Amino acid sequence: MGLLDKQFADDNIVITTVDDLLNWARLSSLWQVGFGLACCAIEMMATSASHYDFDRFGVIPRPSPRQSDVIIISGTVTLKMALRVKRLYEQMPDPKYVISMGSCSNCGGPYWEHGYHVLKGVDRVVPVDVYVPGCPPRPEALLEGLMKLQEKIRNESSVKKSA
Amino acid sequence: MKTAEEFFNILKQKFGDSIIELKSGVPLESFIIIDPLKIDEVCLFLRDDSELKFDNCMNLSGVDDANGKKEAQADGSSTIVGGTISVIYHLESVYLKHKVTLKVSAPRENPQVKSVAAIWRSADWHEREAYDLFGINFINHPDLRRILMPYDWEAGYPLRKDYKNPEFYQGMKVPY
Repeated sequence: MGLLDKQFADDNIVITTVDDLLNWARLSSLWQVGFGLACCAIEMMATSASHYDFDRFGVIPRPSPRQSDVIIISGTVTLKMALRVKRLYEQMPDPKYVISMGSCSNCGGPYWEHGYHVLKGVDRVVPVDVYVPGCPPRPEALLEGLMKLQEKIRNESSVKKSA
Repeated sequence: MKTAEEFFNILKQKFGDSIIELKSGVPLESFIIIDPLKIDEVCLFLRDDSELKFDNCMNLSGVDDANGKKEAQADGSSTIVGGTISVIYHLESVYLKHKVTLKVSAPRENPQVKSVAAIWRSADWHEREAYDLFGINFINHPDLRRILMPYDWEAGYPLRKDYKNPEFYQGMKVPY
């Protein structure tokens, strides 16, 4: 049920639930950490640029994890970087979300066997909400991933514990 | 433009036994094998001599020759005992438009090579990389730390042929 379905005839009054309102606010302004790791980051930047325009979904890169809601792990997570990724994640305020973008951060990608320096999936250090497959994913795929995340947030409840 | 043979003769005349061998007839360019503990003196001469003027160290890389004896381990893997680890130097003179390739080989168990970081600044990070990935100790290097792997990496040197990846690093599982 959409937010505006319960509109009164009166002007300027909308009745809804707190959950719906909070979820709507959260999913409509997902500020991301201005953070990229490898070639996927180029694709992420293309998604932010005017042609694909991430901003129309309220996604704005923020220069600090403390101002951010979502972190897009865009690229190969090396073991050395994994500790930094974890620290960035821990610096973000709740509620926070993680999009794992591309094969490398999903599962190690082409480095899965001989990559002595690569973490085989960022989900080994931070909890991931949405995995976007691809090497690298096209901007459309990242947008799809973002919309999946928005769907997930839309069904959250601040009272009821989700799994 | 001088050939590798001419460089070899110039160096042989100046340094004698420190210049070990000229390897020519190999698939790529010929190279000169040099004593690893004399490479710094040779390189300083190569840079400063008016006939040579090698002002640019294009590349410096480690090589695991893997020419020692393979010993099978109980877990099915194998380690290499003995043999050598090498460093290859690709030098160029921008001024005189000529190039030369040098090679030094040191024993695998404790490879010691004189640093050329004071001669070409570009060699500084190249030597750190060779140290990081092959465990070659560059004597007199100003700052011999790991450069690519984490500073607290204790599992050894990843590009050695008998390298084994650790099960865990900082609580993170490493294998797939």
